[in-house]
Amino acid sequence: MAAVSAVLQSEWTKIRTVSSTVWTLASALIVTVAIGAALSAVFNSTFDDLSEVERATFDPTLVSFFGMTLGQLAMVVFGVLVVGTEYSSGMIRTSLAAVPQRATFLFSKITVAGGLAFAVGLATSFLSFFLGQALLGEHRASIGDDNVLRAVIGGGLYMGLIALFSMGVAAMLRSSMLSLGILMPFFFLVSQILAAVPKVKEVARYFPDQAGSKIMQVVPDAMNTEEAPYGPWAGLGIMVLWVVAALAGGYLVMKKRDA
Amino acid sequence: MIELEGLTKRYGAKTAVDHLSFQVRPGVITGFLGPNGAGKSTTMRMMLDLDNPTSGTVRIDGKHYRELQEPLKYIGALLDAKAMNGGRSAYNNLLCLAQSNRIPERRVSEVLDLVGLTPVARKKSKGFSLGMGQRLGIASALLGDPEILMFDEPVNGLDPEGIHWIRNLMKALAAEGRTIFVSSHLMSEMALTADHLIVIGQGKLLADTTMADFIQENSRSYVRLRSPQQERLRDLLHAHGFIAVEAGNGTIEVDGATTEKLGELAAENGLVLHELSSQRASLEEAFMQMTASAVEYHAHGTDVHGGAPAPGPQWGTTSQGA
Repeated sequence: MAAVSAVLQSEWTKIRTVSSTVWTLASALIVTVAIGAALSAVFNSTFDDLSEVERATFDPTLVSFFGMTLGQLAMVVFGVLVVGTEYSSGMIRTSLAAVPQRATFLFSKITVAGGLAFAVGLATSFLSFFLGQALLGEHRASIGDDNVLRAVIGGGLYMGLIALFSMGVAAMLRSSMLSLGILMPFFFLVSQILAAVPKVKEVARYFPDQAGSKIMQVVPDAMNTEEAPYGPWAGLGIMVLWVVAALAGGYLVMKKRDA
Repeated sequence: MIELEGLTKRYGAKTAVDHLSFQVRPGVITGFLGPNGAGKSTTMRMMLDLDNPTSGTVRIDGKHYRELQEPLKYIGALLDAKAMNGGRSAYNNLLCLAQSNRIPERRVSEVLDLVGLTPVARKKSKGFSLGMGQRLGIASALLGDPEILMFDEPVNGLDPEGIHWIRNLMKALAAEGRTIFVSSHLMSEMALTADHLIVIGQGKLLADTTMADFIQENSRSYVRLRSPQQERLRDLLHAHGFIAVEAGNGTIEVDGATTEKLGELAAENGLVLHELSSQRASLEEAFMQMTASAVEYHAHGTDVHGGAPAPGPQWGTTSQGA
C-alpha cells in the first residue's frame, strides 16, 4: 500500500496547482452569494406584492440561498474536473502507475477535493445568509432563531455533497465533457422541471438536489413549496445515499476498467 | 526481473495479446519489437497493471505490480508523452508524482535538469512540443531512481538530436546496471540499442533471443560481384557449384561464399572484377520477413505502380531462383 498520507499530499498538490480549482470554487461562492443577495433585496422591496400564502410561509433563510440554484453548477464543474481531467489529460495512467491501489488513489482524491468543497460550501452558505439577511430588512431571520443554524450549515453540506456526487459521476463516466453534459442540464433544468410536473414530482422529490435542498428550509413548506414526505435531515440523508451510490459506482468502474 | 506468464488480452473477439510468456532480464537493454498493432503497448500497460489481463500474470521481482510499495522506486515508465495534466507546470506535474511515492522534492529538480527541462520547469506542459513532452515523460520515469525502466516507443516523432539523446540515455542507464525494456517498431533502432530482443506479431511471441544471435540467424550475408565479363563469370561460378543470382545493374550476388575465395577464383581465370564486396541483408528485411504473416495492416496495391517488387522477404535464392 502506498502510504495514504503521501497520496493525500500528492492530491492536494494536484488540486492547488491547476487554475480550474480557483475559478470554479470562486464562481460557486460569488454566484451564490451575489444572486442570494440580489433576490433578498428584491423580496424585501416587493414583500407586499406576495400572495397571502407566500407571505405566511415566507422563509428568509431559504431566500438568501436562492443563488445556490446557479452557484451549485460551479460546484458541479469543480467536482467533474477534479476527476475528469485525469482522464481527458491522460494523467490517469501516470497517476495509477504511481499509485496502483485504486481505492487509495480515488478516495484520497475525493477526500481532498471533498474537504475543500465542504469548506467553500460552508463559507458560501454563511456569507449568503448574513448578506441576504442584511438586505431583507425587517423580514430577516437571525442565526439564533430555531433551525436557522441547521439550515445554514446544511446549505454548506449541500454544496459539498453536490461536488462529491459530481466526482462520483465523473469517475463512472471517465469523461469531463460527458459528465458535464449530463449533470449541468439535469441540475439546472430537468430536476427542477420534473419537480413541478404532477405525478412525476412524486419521484422527482427523491432526486439528490430536491431531497438535499430541504435542509435549507426553516419554515415548513417554505415559500409555498410542495410538502415532502421527509424532514430536512432525512432529505439530506437521501442525498447522501445518492452520493454514496455515485462514489461506489465510480470506484467499481475504476477498479474494473482498463485505465 | 520482470516475468510474463501466459499473458493474454482479448477485446471482444479480437485477441490483442496471445499467451505471451517471456522474461525481461536485469542489467541489459531488452528491445520489444513488433509492427504497429502487434500488442506492444497493451502488453506494457498490463505490465504496469493499468489494463487487466484476460488471463495470465506479470510479476516484478516476484510481485504483482499492485503489491509494490511506492512503485516509482521500482519501475519508471514512459508510456505516452502526453500522459500529464497540461494545465499544470512540468515541475508541479512531477511534484505530485514524487509526493505520492514519498520521493524527496529535490529529486524533481534533479530529473528536470537531467532531461534538460530546467528552463521550462515552471511552464504549463500543454505548450510543450512532442520532444519536450517525451523528455518530461522520461523525467517522470527517472523520478524514483528505479532499477527497471520501461519506454514505449521513446523515439517516436523525435528529431535526430532527440533520438540520439534518448539512445545515449538508455545506454548510460543500462551501463549503471539497470534493466531497460524498450519497445519499437523499427528494427534499425533496436539494432543500435538493444542487447536482447523480443519480437511479437499479432500478440504472439515470435522471437526471444540475444541481438547477436538474431543478427547471426536472420541476416543473410552474401558477396556482390560486378564484372565486364559477366556471362563468363556466371558460368565460372556455376561450374564451381556457387549459386549466382543476377541482381540488376550488372551485379551478381553469391550466397555462402567468401570474398577471398571468389576473388581468387576470378584471378585464376583471368576475369576482371569491378566490384567484389561482402554484403549483409538488412535486419529490417529479416524483421519484416519474420512478421510478414503477422502484420495487421498491410499496404496493398504496390503492384499498381509499374510492378514494383513487394517489400520484404524476396531476396536471393529463395524467390528469384538460380
